[in-house]
Amino acid sequence: MLREIRPAILILLLLTAITGLAYPLAMTAIAGTIFPKQARGSLIEKDGKVIGSALIGQEFKEDKYFHGRPSAISAPDPADSSKTVSAPYNAANSGGSNLGPTSKALADRIKEDVEKLKAENPSTPVPIDLVTTSASGLDPDISPEGALFQVPRVAKARNLPEDRVRQLVIEHIQGRMAGLLGELRVNVLALNLALDEASK
Amino acid sequence: MTLIGWIQILLYCAIVVALVKPLGWYMTCVFNGERTFMSPILRPVETVLYRIGGVDEKREQHWLTYTVAMLLFHVGGFLIIYGLMRLQALLPFNPAEQGAVAPDLSFNTAISFITNTNWQNYGGESTLSYLTQMAGLTHQNFLSAATGIALAVALIRGFSRSSMRTIGNFWVDVTRCTLYVLLPICIVYTLFLVWQGMPQTLGAYVEATTLEGAKQTIAVGPVASQVAIKMLGTNGGGFFNANAAHPFENPTALSNFVQMISIFAIGAALTNVFGRMVGNERQGWAILAVMGVLFLSGVAVTYWAEANGTSTLASLGLTGGNMEGKEVRFGIVASSLFAVITTAASCGAVNAMHDSFTAIGGMIPLINMQLGEIIVGGVGAGLYGMLLFVVLAIFVAGLMVGRTPEYVGKKIEAREVKMAMLAILVLPLMYLGWTAVAVVLPSAVASMANAGPHGFTEVLYAFTSATGNNGSAFAGLTGNTFFYNLTLASSMFVGRFFMIVPVMAMAGSLAAKKSIPPSAGTLPTTGSLFVGLVVGVILIIGGLTFFPALALGPIVEHLAMNANALF
Repeated sequence: MLREIRPAILILLLLTAITGLAYPLAMTAIAGTIFPKQARGSLIEKDGKVIGSALIGQEFKEDKYFHGRPSAISAPDPADSSKTVSAPYNAANSGGSNLGPTSKALADRIKEDVEKLKAENPSTPVPIDLVTTSASGLDPDISPEGALFQVPRVAKARNLPEDRVRQLVIEHIQGRMAGLLGELRVNVLALNLALDEASK
Repeated sequence: MTLIGWIQILLYCAIVVALVKPLGWYMTCVFNGERTFMSPILRPVETVLYRIGGVDEKREQHWLTYTVAMLLFHVGGFLIIYGLMRLQALLPFNPAEQGAVAPDLSFNTAISFITNTNWQNYGGESTLSYLTQMAGLTHQNFLSAATGIALAVALIRGFSRSSMRTIGNFWVDVTRCTLYVLLPICIVYTLFLVWQGMPQTLGAYVEATTLEGAKQTIAVGPVASQVAIKMLGTNGGGFFNANAAHPFENPTALSNFVQMISIFAIGAALTNVFGRMVGNERQGWAILAVMGVLFLSGVAVTYWAEANGTSTLASLGLTGGNMEGKEVRFGIVASSLFAVITTAASCGAVNAMHDSFTAIGGMIPLINMQLGEIIVGGVGAGLYGMLLFVVLAIFVAGLMVGRTPEYVGKKIEAREVKMAMLAILVLPLMYLGWTAVAVVLPSAVASMANAGPHGFTEVLYAFTSATGNNGSAFAGLTGNTFFYNLTLASSMFVGRFFMIVPVMAMAGSLAAKKSIPPSAGTLPTTGSLFVGLVVGVILIIGGLTFFPALALGPIVEHLAMNANALF
């Protein structure tokens, strides 16, 4: 048995060096060369400043922008670090509400959101993704229905014809991969950037 | 449920099955010590490792030595992770300036990773330095996976050998598995993931100014290299807190699909390694069929439950299924499928928050883990777990007809059945025992995020996941407390090692037996009768063990939900 101690130390250290250092560092170098944009986080720059990542949702509150899904991320309270405060789309953290199907807190929250949206657009059924929090709290997408639902509000805030805004949404619908995998969706940041462009 | 949803599910199954034979053939070559097409590059590295490590690759080990070597290897692995977490503030590759991790959390995480559980009481991007992620977590993702596979191969050798004292050499099995199987696949896989949008950088977190002018700090890091092995090795510990739901840890529908395949690939192929090594591939397919029946039943139930949504959503006129805690790019079907896969295998990565699943949709992942994660299972662990149930099923069948049971040429006798029962009973002892303790301790109850039966399910899920070395969670539970850090760590430890040691004892006793040719009285173990028998034994043993606990949690919650009760 004692003869197993030497490999227990040395094989472990060597395999750690290979899998824990050589492998990730080599992959960082290779990936950074072949796919530099993705490797750094698919960042979007505008006028030389980073405005976000194509893959990470960000918070939109103004009427003139399409809004993403509710985000349940929290952050430590700056006033008291033992407590947390709501920090939607905080991309230095991530997570969902973790509220279950019989949670009163969840039911109340959804009900409130549904009423708000109904007031905004009474003629269309409320799409479910606009009133449920995502798993990561950083969901960059909404469903096509979720985007179309917001068209009247955005068009009004920007003084644009609704058809024009609707057309923009339709152009931004991403299909299923190979017509099969995944779901139809609209990247909120990309749509809002295009919207700013169109309003110029 | 939609047609396109079911097509995705069936396509997934077809690809996993198609990979079984080629991967099974390749791994059989690797573990038989044969030359493979990777040998010209890897053989020199391998021999250097043996020379420095003082390993004689021709010298095989008795089961006891094999087990001791495995345990020693884990002591070292534990120390590396614990040390890195405690000292990370002083070490390089820490651009976000993460401080030292608390002792109890470091202890929990170190146990979690050496047991292939990867329970996340830590929040990756808010707690760990890049060095800890790489040299601590990524490295142990490789080695705990390689260990699981090595142990499964050792048990297979127990069945396939005749009258031998040894079951292989642990160092050789682990080294060959890491170098020839895991590393080459991960290199290609990492590049694929980066192509799909996963970051792979040592640079600091990015400061962005959003369109509305707010500040957004975006966590990045060497993500892809870790995620590759996290999925392939069924580890499941996330780089980010939200795990595979985080857009950086699972950017597209395609990355999601490939991640799901990689969870099952090795575990499913090991059934073929088993078949090849015992000399009849159909033995392997029969085992895979047992797994397939249980898997598809689980998928159907969870998909149905999630697509139906909850009564809260229905009462507000919301349609489209239960989207709380799910990502738009995955939707209902890919989230449901992922949840069943990750708990059938002992992966534990999540692309949706299981805590927000419907009662029935979330019960299937729980059942998958309580059955011992034998539906494909963790790499290696799934196969040896399944073989324990096979031994029991054969034993039960033998009792029915009054003959000494045999399996692939080996007589199954008292010692094997005792070891199988020991390994199987350890699991409910831990998860039911600790759940019972937690629900009477006020401080432990305070950790629940949801009230009512759902809170109970959170606790039951935590201990089940830890004991089963899964690592997924009903994540609302605040697990990073002294009580949960220690009790969950003990569950992970017992669930892993108290299962492994009996399995190795069984491997040793089987290897020592003579192989006997099948006779007219031998139960054929390749047909549907056998498949049905094993499925039955799994469900009966499982059902008797944990049904009462499920009745207190998800079942009563489902009834409450239908009565529109809220807590």
